[in-house]
Amino acid sequence: MTDLEFWPMGAEVSVRDAFGRVLVHMADERKDWVLLDADVAGGTGAKPLVAAHPDRVVQFGIAEQNMMAAAGGMADTGLIPVVSTFAAFGTMRAHEQFRTAIAYPNRNVKLCCSHIGLDVGPDGATAQMLEDLATMRAVPGVTVISPADANEFMQAFEAILDHDGPVYMRIGRSPTPVVTDSAAPFRIGKAKRLREGSDVTVVATGVMVARALKAAEALAAENISVRVVNMASIKPIDTDELVAAARETKGIVTAEDHNVIGGLGGAVAECLAAHHPARVRFVGVQDRFGKSGEHTNLPAALGIAADDVAAACRALLKD
Amino acid sequence: MTDLEQRARDIRAGAVKAVHAARSGHPGGSLSIADMLAVLYFDEMNVDPAKPDAPGRDRFVLSKGHACPALYIALAMKGFFPMEEALKLRKLEGFMEGHPDVRIPGVDAPSGSLGMGLSQGLGMAIGAKLQGLDFRTYVIVGDGDMQEGNSWEAIMSAGFKKMDNLVAIYDANKLQGDAPVETQLDLGDVAAKVAPFGWHVIELDGHDIGALKAALAEARATKGKPTFIVADTVKGKGVSFMENVLYWHGSVTMSDEELANALSELEDA
Repeated sequence: MTDLEFWPMGAEVSVRDAFGRVLVHMADERKDWVLLDADVAGGTGAKPLVAAHPDRVVQFGIAEQNMMAAAGGMADTGLIPVVSTFAAFGTMRAHEQFRTAIAYPNRNVKLCCSHIGLDVGPDGATAQMLEDLATMRAVPGVTVISPADANEFMQAFEAILDHDGPVYMRIGRSPTPVVTDSAAPFRIGKAKRLREGSDVTVVATGVMVARALKAAEALAAENISVRVVNMASIKPIDTDELVAAARETKGIVTAEDHNVIGGLGGAVAECLAAHHPARVRFVGVQDRFGKSGEHTNLPAALGIAADDVAAACRALLKD
Repeated sequence: MTDLEQRARDIRAGAVKAVHAARSGHPGGSLSIADMLAVLYFDEMNVDPAKPDAPGRDRFVLSKGHACPALYIALAMKGFFPMEEALKLRKLEGFMEGHPDVRIPGVDAPSGSLGMGLSQGLGMAIGAKLQGLDFRTYVIVGDGDMQEGNSWEAIMSAGFKKMDNLVAIYDANKLQGDAPVETQLDLGDVAAKVAPFGWHVIELDGHDIGALKAALAEARATKGKPTFIVADTVKGKGVSFMENVLYWHGSVTMSDEELANALSELEDA
């Protein structure tokens, strides 16, 4: 048994490489799960498991509704199905199968989907799933996780296998800076404060965490002190951390590679409205579909670059 | 009347009583599957009401979940819960959901949204093979079920995977929610369409208990293929004024007089 190898801080790593690595590692660690694939292991990052442990993979071909409902049935036999496909198919095409055959009976299935957000890049709007956080967190009893980087993904994968119940987790695709230290534990429902600050708090998830840190650095030069919170656990959300941000800073900017409706921003606003009303600004894709482009130029074109996070912070402080 | 015929009659009477008490629900499709349920629960399947979650138990999925009044009565007759609970169908104060819910002892899969049952059964069958468990999985599908694309994904996959521990029983009663199948989406010769996907197909009279027993035995003896039983049935079977009458698909409110007439017919049968 080998220890899981993490990446150094600052390295640029595709989260799907972490998916492949942690799958192979956990195949040795635990025998109680299998991967369900719909002919996209090359795209989701699961290919190393297919090569190393083909006996741990159940292939469904391009038929995601069947795969999802079958995962529900399989969980009834005591195995933990890790279902993996592109988010458009896993969270939309097969959404009702997830809801009715997995979430409603509270079956122990882990849905891990790649091709999320503008992070997808050139494949364009049909593949760029910008609605998954909203649709998945609306289903009762479902845990929703959006890791910031490759290291956190691997920690989170172990955590969701330990958690009894349905989980949805995002898998990023583009090379993304590693911003989390593997020494800091990942816990479902707990945020990680990555930078202290007193003027404004950026609550970010996924690829936006690195951009939030970049924005905070730029704003420091303007004497604006920005707290950065990595909210990988979208549901359950870390109420204590959000209330602290609302109390201790002048307002909150949410940042997500997702539609501004119903995702992280919605979850933060719901939480604060109930517990500690505060000013909130939302950085995300402005209720439109995505577009072909590169992960390098798409964020600025559609308003989710580091500069957009910084601009939202400045605007919030002027409100 | 044989023991299994008596069981089927009791399932029918119980289902009609439950729908009457609920003032809603689906009697027609409940009556058409009563013989299948009698054979499955009182002859074929290895289930123990004292251990409803036993890992090695045979599994049953009612993909046409609206016919659950019959399932709940069969489970109560088997001893999973008291009959009085089964008669609290669709009530806030009971736990007999309007469509199957795994929180009900003996219910192995949720359904009520058509087309997902065969896939759930497939997942159970795969789980059995992966873990070396020898239980079998049975799924009842209906006419509406077979119109869902999800069902055909499951048919493709189960045949391709040679899931010989999986049995589908197709309750072909020829009437669906709004109209006869022939006006909505007639699939024609379903047996001839399923077989090429790698299934062993058996056609029979879905109210012939001897034929159902023989078909399930044939399925057990069939290696390398799942079995698909096309059961020709009568919607509303056993209650003359409900037989082949679309209205009784449901959801319906049954009068006291209709209940009395139905029970009288079933008792005289």
